Amino acid sequence: MLFYILRRVISAISVVIVTVVVSFMLFFVAPTDPAGVICGPRCTPERLNDITKSLNLDQPPVEQIVLYFKGIVVGRDYTSGGVTRHCDAPCLGYSYVLGVPVTDLLAKAVPVTLSIVIGGATIYLCFGVLIGTIAARVRGTTLDRVAVGSSLVIGSIPYFVVALIIALYATFLPKSQYVPFFSNPVSWAAGLLAAWLCLGLTNSASYTRYSRASMIEALGQDFTRTARSKGISERRVVYRHGLRAAMTPVITIFGVDVAYQLVNTIFTERIFQLPGLGLRILNAFNQYDLPVLMGGVIVGATVLVVMNLVVDILYTVLDPRVRLG
Amino acid sequence: MTDQTVRAPQTVTRTPRTRSEGEEAYLEVNDLHVQFPTADGRVQAVQGLSYSLPLRRTLAIVGESGSGKSVSSMAILGLHDRKSTWISGSIKVGGKEVVGMSEKDLMSYRGADAAMIFQDPQSSLHPFFTIGDQIMESYRAHHNVSKRAAKARAVDMLGRVGIPNPSRRVEQYPHEFSGGMRQRAMIAMALVNDPKLLIADEPTTALDVTVQAQILDLIADLQRDFGSAVVFITHDLGVVAEIADDILVMYGGSAVEHGPVEKILGTPLHPYTWGLLESIPAVSGTPGALHPIPGSPPSLLAMPSGCAFHPRCEYRDRVGGDLCATLKPELIPRTADLGRTSRCHLKEPDKVFETEVLTRLP
Repeated sequence: MLFYILRRVISAISVVIVTVVVSFMLFFVAPTDPAGVICGPRCTPERLNDITKSLNLDQPPVEQIVLYFKGIVVGRDYTSGGVTRHCDAPCLGYSYVLGVPVTDLLAKAVPVTLSIVIGGATIYLCFGVLIGTIAARVRGTTLDRVAVGSSLVIGSIPYFVVALIIALYATFLPKSQYVPFFSNPVSWAAGLLAAWLCLGLTNSASYTRYSRASMIEALGQDFTRTARSKGISERRVVYRHGLRAAMTPVITIFGVDVAYQLVNTIFTERIFQLPGLGLRILNAFNQYDLPVLMGGVIVGATVLVVMNLVVDILYTVLDPRVRLG
Repeated sequence: MTDQTVRAPQTVTRTPRTRSEGEEAYLEVNDLHVQFPTADGRVQAVQGLSYSLPLRRTLAIVGESGSGKSVSSMAILGLHDRKSTWISGSIKVGGKEVVGMSEKDLMSYRGADAAMIFQDPQSSLHPFFTIGDQIMESYRAHHNVSKRAAKARAVDMLGRVGIPNPSRRVEQYPHEFSGGMRQRAMIAMALVNDPKLLIADEPTTALDVTVQAQILDLIADLQRDFGSAVVFITHDLGVVAEIADDILVMYGGSAVEHGPVEKILGTPLHPYTWGLLESIPAVSGTPGALHPIPGSPPSLLAMPSGCAFHPRCEYRDRVGGDLCATLKPELIPRTADLGRTSRCHLKEPDKVFETEVLTRLP
């Protein structure tokens, strides 16, 4: 098990490294003019020179990549407007547009996105599984049809439409804002409530359908009949035996969904004005802020790889038949 | 012991007890009907099944797939979904009426008075819980004891069903058990509450032949120790000879022949039972000597008129007046022996068997 995790961590790191190299080449080595792009429309020759020197754009590509990685591992210096600033490890580059190290910028954005996704995911997992399980138990009845029907309707509305409706009409909700959890947990939750509801509500539709299908399958299994023949309550048959078996596939989808949302909450962040990772990357994209985009790619790749690893390890806990090695 | 029983693939290891008069029935099934309403009509899975079984006796229910043997046994535990099943008649277990029993009473009845061993232990055990956990759950459903006491009971039961090193095995998951060991664990789970009625639904079908014999012996031994009544569902007449005291042959949802094992296997009186016997391949027999029953089991949606077996019966022409196609025979004694019944219009079926069928048997 330990050996397996070690092996997976090594392969995860190499995936991230490959991603970094490929995107670095696309952004900086391809026949484009990165220094000119970063410098922007009102560019002075001195500033252009600064950028070229700082980013080592005058050096061969291999040298550039090595220096970039060196920055991630030990940190490096950047010169801007005649002032040299040190960028601590892990240094993901320097945003000339905003005048701050990329790492600082992203470090501020990640907790915001993490807060949105964790809250939203909790809502849609709990709500979706609950409704799905109930629908499976009463399948064929009106209640089941209402649950499946409304989940289809909610699932068919584009996400940003739901988000806009909540942002515009649910004015009774607390004002959307980001307050760090550790400075005030109550304001943190209140400020994120609208975003959580939006993310939670829309995604719970698909989780209702996953859990319902998975639960119906589990309740039709032979072991469910065995459980019933023991003389335990129907509640115990459904929630201990059925749900336990039904949740394994749902958790797998959940892991992938959370990973995806951690790098893709752009709509939520944009509409609810929360300065998260997605919004940061969107802004960088609009401002041709290559170093920030580059940092976003690295963080995104890392999140996906880590979440995949977490799901695989979680799987061994959920299903004793799966043994890693 | 007649020579017909010895012909079965497995040798008979014990002499069936003769039924002493006045033994009180523990299980009493009376005019049981089980139907499943479907879009195509009502599936008549069981039609007027009646039998009784005292403690310490084993009844084998034999028949092809779809003959209603499993469905009727599931009804004994009340395992059919009420919403999609229509059940009438009476099932009395230890004096309790199971048909129409409340959900609450069913809970305290299932597992405690009657328990079931299922066909495929691989799919019938929950893959995510340990063997010990599943046995403990059964025990604690009916006994208000601590986890520690329940675990000790689980270890004890695993030992009794012949699982080596039970205190270690109790912590393992079903996938860590072999097929035979899994079925032993399943038996331990069924017997953990000392049920007086044990229903074994083809418990050896999914197992190796060598393991089969061990499991049959185990069930017979445990029945002696626990003094329970056993309903043994199977389609293997070799198994029947080995384990049963009585046989009930089912066809198309009804019993067609019922009586003590040595009589039914010695001189069967129903053409369907003859067909079953003729379908057993003899290990030392001439290849190609098999004489299978023509046709296939009837659709439970559209049962044949009269005797359900008549479209496949070779002997229907010997009954006058097209009686087989028009009148369903009663399940009554057909010979001087009143201890056995069959459902067939044929006159003197014992003579027909001895002069015609017996010679064809390998």
